[in-house]
Amino acid sequence: MSTNSPVTKTDVRKMIMHKSKMKQVSEKMEKLIPVLLFLIASISVLITIGIVVTLLSETVEFFKRVPLWDFFTGTVLNPLSQDAKFGILPLLVGTIASSVIAMAIATPVGLMSAIYLSEYASDGVKKVFKPLLELLAGIPTIVYGFFAFTFVTPLLREFIPGLEPTNILSPGIVMGVMIIPMIASMSEDAMNAVPNAMREGALALGATKLETTFRVVIPAALSGIIVSIVLAVSRAIGETMIVTIASGSSKNFTYDITQSMQTMTAYIVEVTGGDAPAGSTIYYSLYAVAATLFVFTFMMNICARYVTHRFKEDY
Amino acid sequence: MAYIDMAQVKKRISARIVLNKLAKVCFMVATLFGLIILTILLTRVVSEGMAWINLDFLTGKLSTQADRAGIMGAILGTFWLMVVVGPVSMLVGVGTAIYLELYVKKGKLQSIIQTNIMNLAGVPSIVYGILGLTIFVRAMEFGNVVLAGGLTMSLLVLPIIVSVSQEAIRAVPQHLSEASYGLGATKWQTIRRIVLPAALPGILTGAILALSRAIGETAPLVVLGIPALLMPFPGGILDKFTVLPMQIYYWTLDSTLVAEYANLAAATIVVLLFVLFVLNATAIIVRNTFQKRY
Repeated sequence: MSTNSPVTKTDVRKMIMHKSKMKQVSEKMEKLIPVLLFLIASISVLITIGIVVTLLSETVEFFKRVPLWDFFTGTVLNPLSQDAKFGILPLLVGTIASSVIAMAIATPVGLMSAIYLSEYASDGVKKVFKPLLELLAGIPTIVYGFFAFTFVTPLLREFIPGLEPTNILSPGIVMGVMIIPMIASMSEDAMNAVPNAMREGALALGATKLETTFRVVIPAALSGIIVSIVLAVSRAIGETMIVTIASGSSKNFTYDITQSMQTMTAYIVEVTGGDAPAGSTIYYSLYAVAATLFVFTFMMNICARYVTHRFKEDY
Repeated sequence: MAYIDMAQVKKRISARIVLNKLAKVCFMVATLFGLIILTILLTRVVSEGMAWINLDFLTGKLSTQADRAGIMGAILGTFWLMVVVGPVSMLVGVGTAIYLELYVKKGKLQSIIQTNIMNLAGVPSIVYGILGLTIFVRAMEFGNVVLAGGLTMSLLVLPIIVSVSQEAIRAVPQHLSEASYGLGATKWQTIRRIVLPAALPGILTGAILALSRAIGETAPLVVLGIPALLMPFPGGILDKFTVLPMQIYYWTLDSTLVAEYANLAAATIVVLLFVLFVLNATAIIVRNTFQKRY
């Protein structure tokens, strides 16, 4: 039909004009797009700068009021009393205690799950178990907090008579359960990356599967396994909701895991929830604690990256 | 005299085999451990909360009286939060991924941005909350409204979307874009018409998973200062809001005062898990339906 319609000179001219105009637009686009994308990509760098600058500037303000030495060696934390003291040690002990408990559960169970899934399980079993473990990893932390507070703590109190209604033991255990899938799936990936030829070599020499796993597969996958554990520790240190709900807000300096202890993250929640007036020392203490937390997790991540680069073996 | 004592060899081998079998059982039990806890958790939550879920609970306003409390406000809050998080995190995340994969030259700039994103992925969520509190709530004076919460959450899920999108873009085979160049298309035309459509299923799957992370995340919002008992429903992104996880948090904390609050928290968890389940199922369907293997 269009072949029969007469095409006039002006039509052709119009088409050429249109075409060259389109070309100009698209040329401009070609130059504009990379600039635009660069600006978008730099947002992620701005976020990091934003985090560091906000934490640092307010932390500096905090240390003008509270000496650095008192903050890092003080065993008394009572921000609300008349004679306010800001020692971070109670929070550090709380954080370390909950992380150690969590890792004591997550490391063995997670690694054993990884070994089972990568070395022993058949493909069919794997297909069922892996998505279920991912399901465990996808449950929001607040749900684990609820579980720790309303189920695990009452259950533990049946067996441990001295256990307080809020304590660090129960959230530590639940946090461990939460971290299991993380260690399991990352370690399993590492073990899967070990080439089968190495396993077959060991098996051909008469080693059992267990011996192959521990003498060949695990040493070969060690860097990946270590990275999974380091990242899990970092996750445990930064975990907030489980400890906030189930561990209470006692700021006592204690090593007793049946008592309530506050972690750094739970302190941040408590202070921001309490409407600390901007400019008060409590308000600034928030940033000092957050900066400490940030430095801890940041070091863990750097450490993980170092292990990956330094000890990575390509087969 | 025989050099090899067969009896002893047999004994040692059978011991090693038994040990292997024992270890296998151990490993299997360890794998089951996580799943058993998962089952206990789910049955607990459902048995405590299921009876409390009815139409009044889903459509009602919050209340201090347990039997009259509803979570419509929290559902709407979660919805509005996603209205902010979805577009913002997708735009920034996919844009960053395109820049990193297709525009920037391998070198210092690329490695700075890449390392930076890996570092951001490891920052605890509560630190994002403090950033949001300082910048969006206080410095920009948004107050604790949906927009501030949504932007904070967008920052939190950004690393996930960037890395997933990068993988999706990388998986698009080179020959597709080469064919496009061969037909005279410019770089942006190729990206917009060839690369992005081919990478879209992967990007969408990742985006849905990132959204489900944002829906379940509580810590950054606690820091922003979401009130415990917020009566009016949020009607837009500049309204004050609460979300499902925040409601679970407050009800769990107060369950020592009013026992029924534990049931309300459990019921809200059931709703939250249902939403997450639907999202994840959607992600899987998107992946299986649209993902092409080249």
